[in-house]
Amino acid sequence: MPDHSFASFAKKAFARRESTLILLLFVLLVPISVRSPQFLSMKNISTILNDMAILSIVAIGEFYVILSGGIDLSVGSIIAFSGMACGMVNESYPQVSPALLLLLGIVIGLAMGLVNGILVAYGKIPPIITTLGTVNIYRGMTFLLSKGTWVTAHEMTPAYIALPRTTFLGISILLWIAFFVIALCYYFSRFTRTGREIYAIGGNPTAAKFVGVDENRVRVVVFLVSGALCGLAGALWTARYASAVNEMATGFEMQAVAACVLGGVNFSGGAGGIIGVVLGTLFLGVVTNALPVIYLSVFWQTCVQGLIILLALTLNTLSDQHKNKKLLAQRRG
Amino acid sequence: MPNALLEVHNLTKIFPGIRALDDVHLTLRSGEVHALIGENGAGKSTLVKVLTGVYIPTSGTLTFEGKEVAFRNALDAQASGIVAIHQEASMFPELTVTENIFMGHHLRNPRTKKLDWKAMTEQTRQLLARMQLDIDPDTLVKNLSVAKRHMVEITKALSLDAKLVIMDEPTSALTGREVEDLFRIVRSLKEQGKAILFISHKFDEIFTICDYYTVFRDGQYIGEGKVAESNEDAIINMMIGRSIDQLYPEHQKQKGKEVLRIEKLCQLGAFKDISFTLHEGEVLGLFGLVGAGRSEVVRTIFGIDKSSGGSMHLLGEPFKPKGAKESMRRGIALVPEDRQKQGLVLKMSLTNNISLPVLKQLSFKGMVTSAGKERTYVQCHGNQMEIKSAGYHVDAETLSGGNQQKVVLAKWIGTSPKILILDEPTKGIDVATKAAVHQFVCDMAQKGVAVILISSELPEILGMSDRILVMHEGYQTAILDARKATAESVMKAAIATTVMEDTHA
Repeated sequence: MPDHSFASFAKKAFARRESTLILLLFVLLVPISVRSPQFLSMKNISTILNDMAILSIVAIGEFYVILSGGIDLSVGSIIAFSGMACGMVNESYPQVSPALLLLLGIVIGLAMGLVNGILVAYGKIPPIITTLGTVNIYRGMTFLLSKGTWVTAHEMTPAYIALPRTTFLGISILLWIAFFVIALCYYFSRFTRTGREIYAIGGNPTAAKFVGVDENRVRVVVFLVSGALCGLAGALWTARYASAVNEMATGFEMQAVAACVLGGVNFSGGAGGIIGVVLGTLFLGVVTNALPVIYLSVFWQTCVQGLIILLALTLNTLSDQHKNKKLLAQRRG
Repeated sequence: MPNALLEVHNLTKIFPGIRALDDVHLTLRSGEVHALIGENGAGKSTLVKVLTGVYIPTSGTLTFEGKEVAFRNALDAQASGIVAIHQEASMFPELTVTENIFMGHHLRNPRTKKLDWKAMTEQTRQLLARMQLDIDPDTLVKNLSVAKRHMVEITKALSLDAKLVIMDEPTSALTGREVEDLFRIVRSLKEQGKAILFISHKFDEIFTICDYYTVFRDGQYIGEGKVAESNEDAIINMMIGRSIDQLYPEHQKQKGKEVLRIEKLCQLGAFKDISFTLHEGEVLGLFGLVGAGRSEVVRTIFGIDKSSGGSMHLLGEPFKPKGAKESMRRGIALVPEDRQKQGLVLKMSLTNNISLPVLKQLSFKGMVTSAGKERTYVQCHGNQMEIKSAGYHVDAETLSGGNQQKVVLAKWIGTSPKILILDEPTKGIDVATKAAVHQFVCDMAQKGVAVILISSELPEILGMSDRILVMHEGYQTAILDARKATAESVMKAAIATTVMEDTHA
């Protein structure tokens, strides 16, 4: 029965990207920690995790859009606008609680995601073009909102600034929020009807149409999710870096996309998972943090990131080709 | 008789599970228009692909100009002088006629090594003049009509100094006037000593333009002869005259109440004035050759495409679905023709594919609990179809064609349809699965489901249906009682122009 080998192969293919990433992480960690034993100290690990928390939230939003067969280039600008708005509200109305500011960020993100979604679903503009437009519009709106000024640490309330740093059970609130988002989104993509429909639309829009999946609704939903998560990330960003500047999170979309690609998300849609995205984010974080440790200048950072993306994409393509060949061989044989 | 230009001997092409060509013969001579005739799936297109180097034959020989040849790829075949004009023109719309014609074999100035556009334009002008075509070499191809694009493709074949020109359904997109023009060119090609392989479903065209014919059926060579010495009936008999060696399961022929009434349903450019009724427990066969518009009719009934006229009544109530969601809710299921492109999400597991149409029923407040209901549901319907796989967690892409089709069927029975539409459900699948699909259709009818079955296989249509609706180029040409229908009467309605005139009247 050739089917048994199908199963083991399919299982392997599913687990492969995740296990490869874990393996790679260890391979990276060994020489780094030999070189600099402090790298694996609890303190440094928690720094890396905290650094990556915001990226993981944004990357998960990006994941849904890529899964549906699109891309969201506007994430950096949504973070900036939401972060700036939260900073300014915090400055003008110090009595507003930090929790409400997070909610404000989410609402702003939802609105901006809705605009993206409507343009894509009902305007029939390709996602890459839509968000190429809105990335500039939202960034411009940030400047208009702030009139070019900054919100600095001493203009913000201590409670807001302390929010991400406060620890609960030894773990920062920022990380708790990231864990919560990861768990919620894992559940959403695996166990809800809409989650299933996103996979279907990304995998085969025609077949999805034949079973009555509402394509427009799915397209709006993915941008809403991405927007909401970016809005939340913006509110957290301002607090974590204790300032709101107009240029914040510029180019962040590239890191979010990189985390997805690294995590094995199919760029044409329909395949990938949250666990992969989280591991991809972690991998990026370790590499970025390790560069100074191995005395590589920060100037190398962007180059290395670019190389990693290319490597991951090549890997994705090669493993796809390998899979197809094997399938073909098995069908023939 | 002139010497053969191309001889095909004992050619066999096997795809996994299917003998697409089984020991076929074909002889083409220079200065002759040769018709290749057969039903859908007879192996004509496969043979064309072998001749043009796209497929490599499993066994058999090709002799071209007296020498045995083996084409490894399309360029090989082209270099030898075999050029195919495709059904859908493969041209570059944003480039000029000259650029299209010389694509891939540009002329260069021998001294400067630069592209010599002047010479190319001049040659194009001469080629077009030779074909008596009034086309400016500098026109962009996108500005030409479909017919003229065809002519440009043929001109391109001439510029390649083709010895054999293959035309696969060249007239399918042309109007009467344009067909005349095409025939004029075919005749001039013939006078220039080219061999032409002409593939068509239209008998009037075959009798007008072709000298010789070869008939294929089910991938096998049936016979050949001079067109002038034959007639329509004889050729139709060759196309269909097979022994019905396959048994079809019987279902009780008891009509229930009417579930669907279609009156003068139209869709611009696809089909016109389709009218029929459908009853509980009935299997209505829908037959027609390529381009008859069968898939378009059922897509419209299912709400994927919009109608441009006519009316539909479902269980006595007016019915005009806006999409699959609505028609599914009202009890219609459509198993589409192309299971890979339309039926399955290949990257999803069998479980997720099978539960996709009924996620709403399986979920509570938008949540699908994977452990309980869904698994039971999927196993119940999957086991019913006897899908062979390593489990329901594997991706759909890992299954064979036949098993993929079973997944698609399992996916739809769960919706408990009142009307089940099957578009070519047995295309490209193995014999055992075919029998399973036939049994499935019978079981459904027995349970009182009304079935519309589209098939290109005459025996299947005759064996499975209670009534047969035949279409020809978007028109309904006959509704036959399957007990009285014969292969001849169905095929005649699918081809003949006589019934069509009745419809017009």
